[in-house]
Amino acid sequence: MNSPIRVSLPDEVHILNAQPAGTKVLLSGTLYTMRDAGHERCLAHLREHGRLPFGLESQALFYAGPTPARAGRPFGAIGPTTASRMDFAAPELYRAGIVSTIGKGKRSDAVVDACRECGTTYLACVGGAAALLAKAVTAAECVAWEDLGTEALHRIQVDGLPAFVEVDAEGHSLYRQIEAAS
Amino acid sequence: MEPLDPHALAKAVYAGIRACAVTLRPDCRAALEEARSSAHDAGHAAREAAVLDDLLENAAIAAADGVPLCQDTGSVWVCLEAGESALIPGSIFSQVDDAVARAYQEGGLRMSIVEDALFNRANTRTNAPAFCEARFVPGRTSKLRVMLKGGGSDNASRLAMLPPGAGRAGVKQVVLDAVREKAANACPPLVVGVGVGATFDKVAGLSKRALLRPVGGAAASEEAAAFERELLEAINASGIGPAALGGAHTALAVHLETAPCHIAALPVAVNLGCCAMRSATFWLTDEEGRPLDEPRPADEEEGCAL
Repeated sequence: MNSPIRVSLPDEVHILNAQPAGTKVLLSGTLYTMRDAGHERCLAHLREHGRLPFGLESQALFYAGPTPARAGRPFGAIGPTTASRMDFAAPELYRAGIVSTIGKGKRSDAVVDACRECGTTYLACVGGAAALLAKAVTAAECVAWEDLGTEALHRIQVDGLPAFVEVDAEGHSLYRQIEAAS
Repeated sequence: MEPLDPHALAKAVYAGIRACAVTLRPDCRAALEEARSSAHDAGHAAREAAVLDDLLENAAIAAADGVPLCQDTGSVWVCLEAGESALIPGSIFSQVDDAVARAYQEGGLRMSIVEDALFNRANTRTNAPAFCEARFVPGRTSKLRVMLKGGGSDNASRLAMLPPGAGRAGVKQVVLDAVREKAANACPPLVVGVGVGATFDKVAGLSKRALLRPVGGAAASEEAAAFERELLEAINASGIGPAALGGAHTALAVHLETAPCHIAALPVAVNLGCCAMRSATFWLTDEEGRPLDEPRPADEEEGCAL
């Protein structure tokens, strides 16, 4: 395995977009957490106003619902949730300006097509390693939807968050490659 | 004989949640270590080795810092296994939800339960209610089982009512389909719980209880053990691997529980357990069935000691 590629988001998204499926990346910079209930609200806003809320254009979404602060870190544990539950909204969000999404598990063909069309990516994190991943989060603030608890929209700063390019900007999918090989 | 005490049971629930959330089951850790030792560092398997290293390091960080193994600290499943001499007050589970709320608040765990699945998806903000059941078991001892079940792996589970003629091949197909289609969502390497038999409502419980058996623990019979090995081999031939990023360790174990059923039926349930399996067992009584004031964590070979 080649050494991982370091990428700062959102500024260096062009570097991320140049990586083929299967590449290990270490993310730094800014991510936004959003999951099921947040996607419903985000999509409703987009359909009503024609644009994403809270300046999410050009930003990356981390499908994650963290645990509270612990051990001197902003979150005790944070890790990817199942990305396919966000497939109902993801193609529209990519077209509206989301540059990357981070989760676990396979995406629908519609999401892969949207990545190819928009030149965007989907990254997979290791599920079940949330204590380890939490060490890469250096700061977090709640931006909106506090009533949703863990599903609130958080802006987080990361330093060296490990992930793998699952769907690259040309629409190649690592999981589909692994399936085809077995 | 004194009746079982709701307060003592709630103490076991609290202790089980706090410990489970930050501690990988010793049997699962040992199985991950064994998988790591057989994964090569070079070439195609390097990614598999790196993922297994991450999972073991994650367990070490969680234990050292007292932080959750996984951000999904689960729904709480509580099962009272009442021995033959147990006296059980109707209020036996009355203090469980309070114990759940305290454990999640004080442990810094995630609140993941909504008020109603369909009509009110507001977070209860306590992680209560727990999902409780009681069973009656042979012997004098009464035990309590606690499991924190993540949403991703439970969502990836399934139930099928097969025709009896489908037989072993049909059961195998259900298991392999579940793994092939959903393993990537369930955080492999998996512990695969398989229930076969009973009725539509009971078979899911069989597959869930199968997850409680320690990895490497004995199957119910030699016939069951052989079928478990056959299923594990087929699952690991899929190449899905740890974190579904490729490799030979898609599952650490397959645990099969079978039961009688109707002449017309072959119920099959597959409950996928993730790589951060979290469960614990406590003795609520001594070996004579006398209630303990302080529930005692069970030994590892009895299932899921901490």
